Amino acid sequence: MNVAGQVLSIAGRSVTRTFRQPAMIIPNVTFPLLLLAINSNGLRAATHLPGFPTNSFLDFFIPISFMQGALFASGTAGVDLARDIDSGFLNRLALTPMRGVALLLGQLGGAVAIGTIQAVVYLGVGIAAGVRFETGVAGALVLFVLAVLIALGFGAVGILIALRTGSGEAVQSVFPLLFFLLFVSSMNLPRNLIEVNWFRDLATVNPVSYMIEAMRTLVISGWNAQALGLGFLFTFLMIGLALAASAASLRSRMART
Amino acid sequence: MRDTHGIQAEGLAREFKGGIRAVDGIDLQVSPGEIYGFLGPNGAGKSTTVHMLTTLLPPTAGWARVAGFDVKKHGPQVRGAIGAALQEAALDPFLTGREHLRLQSSLHGLSRQERLRRTADLLERVGLTQAADRKIKGYSGGMKRRLDIALALVHEPSILFLDEPTTGLDVQSRSALWGEVGRLAKGEGVTVFLTTQYLEEADVLADRVGIIHRGNIVAEGTPEALRAEIGRPTVEVVPHEQGDRPRIEETLRAFGPPTAGSPDAVSVRIEEEADLANIVRALDAAGIHVARIQLHEPTLDDVFLAKTGTSLEGAAEDEEEEQLETVTA
Repeated sequence: MNVAGQVLSIAGRSVTRTFRQPAMIIPNVTFPLLLLAINSNGLRAATHLPGFPTNSFLDFFIPISFMQGALFASGTAGVDLARDIDSGFLNRLALTPMRGVALLLGQLGGAVAIGTIQAVVYLGVGIAAGVRFETGVAGALVLFVLAVLIALGFGAVGILIALRTGSGEAVQSVFPLLFFLLFVSSMNLPRNLIEVNWFRDLATVNPVSYMIEAMRTLVISGWNAQALGLGFLFTFLMIGLALAASAASLRSRMART
Repeated sequence: MRDTHGIQAEGLAREFKGGIRAVDGIDLQVSPGEIYGFLGPNGAGKSTTVHMLTTLLPPTAGWARVAGFDVKKHGPQVRGAIGAALQEAALDPFLTGREHLRLQSSLHGLSRQERLRRTADLLERVGLTQAADRKIKGYSGGMKRRLDIALALVHEPSILFLDEPTTGLDVQSRSALWGEVGRLAKGEGVTVFLTTQYLEEADVLADRVGIIHRGNIVAEGTPEALRAEIGRPTVEVVPHEQGDRPRIEETLRAFGPPTAGSPDAVSVRIEEEADLANIVRALDAAGIHVARIQLHEPTLDDVFLAKTGTSLEGAAEDEEEEQLETVTA
C-alpha cells in the first residue's frame, strides 16, 4: 500500500473514532459559539472607539470562534495519539509496513474533521446572525480553508506534545498554555487600539494575531493581500514546524529497527 | 504460512538508561513450527525480549534472526514475516472488531477482495463473527484477546509472538486460546514464541520451555526434560500431631533428601514412585499417625525453584519489589 493509502486508512480511523465521541465534538463546537454570543453583545461598545474598523462586534469577533475551535482540535488530536501510545496501539501500527509520515498525517484526520464541522457551523451561525463578508462568497470560502488549515496546524501541535510526552494528561495540561496565545493576541481589539504597550508588543509578536487578522479582513475590510499572506504564512509555518518536530519525535517514540 | 527459518539469537541484550540490563545476553534457538514457551515472573525480561525480536526495540548487544532476517538490519522484512499480540490487547474502544481487521489488513497492503475474505475468515476462526460489528468497549477480555490474535494473523505470518496471551482470562477463554495456538502451530506450521508466567500454560502448550530469571535464561528444554532434570517426585507428610515431626523427619531420611514443601509438612525427594508404599509401611511400623500423605510429581515450579532458589510466585514479588526500589531510588 502506498503512503497516500496508508494516510487514508489512518485518517479514516481517526475520523470514525472522533465522530463516535460526541463529548469531544459538542463542547468544542458550542463553547466558541457561546463566547461569540456573549462577547458580540457584551463588548459591542468597543465599536464606538475611534478607529475601530467596523460597527459590528459580531463581524469583528467571529474569527475568534474559528481560532478557539482550532485550539480544541489540537487537544483532540493530541489526546487521541497519547492514548494510542499509552495503550500500545502505536506498537500495533508500528508492526505493520505503515510509514511514520502516514501516521502523522492520518492522525490529523480527526482534527481536520472537527475543524471542518466547526468551520461549517460557525460560518452558518455567523451568517444567520448577520455577519456579512466584505469579500463575498469567495472570501467566505477562503476563510473556511484558512480555518481548517489552522485546525490542522494546532492539531499538529497537539500531536507533537503527545509524541514528546506520551501522556493524555500532559496534552490536556498544555492546552491552557495554547489558549494563552489567543488571549495575548488581537482577539478583542485591533492591535493599533491596544493602549498598554507590553500587551500590544506581545500581540504583535504573537503569530495567532496574524491568523485572526487574516480571517478578520475577509469579513470586515475586503481583500488584503498582506494580512492574508501573513495569516497563511504563519499557518503553514506552524503546520510545517509542528510536523517536522513531530516526525523527529516519532522516530524516537517508534524506535522500530 | 509455514515457517522454515524459526528464531535464533546469541548474546541478545538490552540495557536501559541507568545501566539496567533487562535482558542480559540470551541465546535462543526456536525451530520452525515449534511452540516455544518463555516462562518467567513479571520483570524477568520476557516482554523486552519480545520487543527486540519483533523489531520494536533495538538490542544493545548481540544479534537475533527472525524468519531468516536480522532484527537490526532487516526490520521491515522481519515485520512482514511475523505477527504479534503484545502484552495488553491494544485495541481502539471506539472501533468495531471488523474495523480493526480492515485497518490492519489495509496497512498490510491487502487488496480489497483479500481484505474482505481474510476478515471474514479470521472472524469466523476466532468466533467473533456475531460480535464483529460491535464496538470493542463492549467486548470481554477473552473476546479482546481473540481479536488481538486475529489481528496478528491478518497477513498470514509464519511466526507468531504472543506476550502473555492469557493473563487475566478466565479458565474457559484460556483453554479456547490454547486450542487455537495449538492448531496454528500443529496444523499450519506457524512458529509460536509465547511468553507466560503460568506454569500450566507452558507445560500444556509449549514444545520447549525457556525459563528466564533476571534477564538470563536459567533453564531450557522440553517440559518433560526439565522436570526430569530435577527429576524425582517428592513425598509430603503432614503429621497428625506436630510433635511427631522429628520422628517423621528421621523416618523419611532413609528415602531421600529433605526438600522445601508446605510449612506444616515434612517433604523428601524420593528415588521413584514405588518408594511411597515403603514410606507408608515405615511410618506405620514406627507407629506414627499422619494426617495426610501426598506424592508430588515435579513441576516447572520445582525446576524454577531448583534453578533460581525461589519459586515463580516468590520471584515475581522479588522482581516487583526490586523494580519499585529502582523507581523510588
